Amino acid sequence: MIDVGGTEGGVRLRPPRHRVARRAVLWWSCQAVSRVAVLLLALGGAAWWLPAVREWLVIALIVCGVLGIGYVAVMPWWRYRVHRWETTDSAVYTAAGWVSREWRVAPMSRIQTVDTARGPLQRALGLSSVTVTTASAAGPLSIDGLERDVAAELAERLTRTTQATPGDAT
Amino acid sequence: MSEPPTEYSADEQPTAEQPGGESPTGDSPTGTRPGAPDSFETWQRLDPKAILASTVLVIAPMFPVVGVMALSRDNSLRALGTAGVWLTAVLLTTLGSWLSWYFTRFRVTDERFELRQGNISRSFSSIPRERIRSVDLTAPVVHRMLGIAVVKIGTGRQSGSDSDLKLDAMPTARAEQLRELLLRPRTRPAAGSGTSGAGPSDAGRPGGVERETGAELARMRPSWYLYSTLTASLLLVTWAAIGSAMSTLSDVFRALWASDSATDWLSDKAMSVWSHVPVWLTVASVVVTVLLGGLLGALALSVEMWWGFRLTREADTTLRTRRGLLTIRAVSLERRRLRGVELAEPLLLRWAGGSRLTAVATGLGEGAASGRSDNKALLPPAPREVAERTAARVLERSDSLDRGSPLRAHPRTALRRRMTRALLPVVAVSVALAVAAARTELIPWWSWSVPLLAGFPAAAFARDAYRNLGHGYSDEYLVTRYGTGVKRTVLLQREGIIGWRISQSPVQRLTGLLTVGATTAAGNGCYYVPDAGAEQGLAFAERCAPGLLEPFLEKNSKSTGEPTVPQNDSPPESGNETTP
Repeated sequence: MIDVGGTEGGVRLRPPRHRVARRAVLWWSCQAVSRVAVLLLALGGAAWWLPAVREWLVIALIVCGVLGIGYVAVMPWWRYRVHRWETTDSAVYTAAGWVSREWRVAPMSRIQTVDTARGPLQRALGLSSVTVTTASAAGPLSIDGLERDVAAELAERLTRTTQATPGDAT
Repeated sequence: MSEPPTEYSADEQPTAEQPGGESPTGDSPTGTRPGAPDSFETWQRLDPKAILASTVLVIAPMFPVVGVMALSRDNSLRALGTAGVWLTAVLLTTLGSWLSWYFTRFRVTDERFELRQGNISRSFSSIPRERIRSVDLTAPVVHRMLGIAVVKIGTGRQSGSDSDLKLDAMPTARAEQLRELLLRPRTRPAAGSGTSGAGPSDAGRPGGVERETGAELARMRPSWYLYSTLTASLLLVTWAAIGSAMSTLSDVFRALWASDSATDWLSDKAMSVWSHVPVWLTVASVVVTVLLGGLLGALALSVEMWWGFRLTREADTTLRTRRGLLTIRAVSLERRRLRGVELAEPLLLRWAGGSRLTAVATGLGEGAASGRSDNKALLPPAPREVAERTAARVLERSDSLDRGSPLRAHPRTALRRRMTRALLPVVAVSVALAVAAARTELIPWWSWSVPLLAGFPAAAFARDAYRNLGHGYSDEYLVTRYGTGVKRTVLLQREGIIGWRISQSPVQRLTGLLTVGATTAAGNGCYYVPDAGAEQGLAFAERCAPGLLEPFLEKNSKSTGEPTVPQNDSPPESGNETTP
């Protein structure tokens, strides 16, 4: 018999305990600026080379420029408010996104690998990403924009806990 | 070196069933006769007939080409050149497959399966036997005629191309023995009864990738071919095949009669016939012909795919499917790798009351590797009742997941969301047309009403999508159901849940919905409960995997205003969910 579940307890997800590093805002800003710049340059180039549709392209350029400025101004801070992480003895819990949000939970016993990654920009800012993978093809948990030392410490702690937990993680 | 598979006679069989108790003949890595002792502990070679098989595969497509060239009395020099290229290709293929045969050795020790391959770049793979998740036998036509089969050993690794080890090819009986050896539970040595009895006896007959063992869970019925004919993907494949065949055919015709007046004569004749026929009849007959052709082609394809389908359980631990008319495919799946099942009902199939049943299992090509999705099939498209019954038997559940199972309905706002998504584009196009009609004379004024007609089916689909939404759980399984184009019902073992992915878009946040995803090592990697009520979904996730989400939940002091659906809600099919 399939249980359809009782009455709801009136619960909601609480945000994870820890914020990421404040410098992550700078990192996301750089990313946003480069994205918007590429788009604007492409549109500007097209407007330069295609005089036939120049008016339309200029309108598109202006619209994209306004939206882009909004994006650059809002997205990094919004992300900084949303992106959070937390580990307990039994699980890893992350929140990510800005307009759309996603929360991921993985139990310690199912963690397969713990990676830290640092792109050139992150390295320049002293930031680091920690990615936790499980046996699921769809479930890596990624914590971006951590302070370098925090990330190293976190990865080390997770690796230790994972090794101490028995099971084949499937 | 090419002994027929019947060589492994019945009196040699007992030695095969005792790992460790074999005679140590041919222990040098190179000099092993393939299967002198019926054990796999010494280095084994593949069957040299595989070389012949790959050569035949290269030669076969050449015949039509050569035939066309001969018929068209082509320039002899060009024909000679083509023949030369062809011969070179054949020689190279033969040489290549001989080399790979020569350098390939494998063995099965107590702990590991080891494979050596490669001539230029040598490779050595060694995998622990407990990591082997599936052993599949495939026998394409040529292989079947030669009495050999391809063995694929799956380890269920997520990444890397080495997740599959392929042995191309072995005598069918040996392949069967290898499969049994590799999939036998390690704790039970020499299960020399039952499963080993029928081995060599049926190996001699062509396509004997089958043993009459195990308990039969399902068997093909002739009427089921009609269901598989109905699956849209099959129809599309068929039409594509017909299309390419037509263009090939016309190429052949052109090659044959390039300078002839035959085509002109034919088309003149055709024109004179067709000119007396009204246009609508021509169009209708073309449509009917294409449809009939597609249906017949799909029928033929589904017969080839599903001929002689059987699903069996062997030694209580392994599920086994076997199917195919020309190419025989046999797939084994260990019970402990099974994490659940999925019932999929594409639109056409659903209208006919049919359903597809696939396994949700680890090591069967997950996520990106869905090209192997064929392996997951536990049943051909079949009547829904049969699929449900088979699902229950596969999962060893006493109750079947029947149509009226009281899955929990999702909040009314989920319906509103679907309606909006379906009707918004319709309204937008309609408005755009109205504006355009007001501006120009080119578009008739009534054109705005045309898209609105499409609104009715769109709304019907949205309603259907909402009705199909549902979730629930039993002692052992999580159940989720969703979709309208393809309605899916997934049963996922609760123990197989290895994490949660919970997401909320802005619209979902405004309407108090969220999407709960249960991650798992099996199948797609993540199975979703789309658009559940926020509290409903979280409570559901917590109940399915107790303790995992609980530390991260908090009591909601102020209610979000989301009405909770009462427990005794009727099944979503009846559509009388409580309204706000």
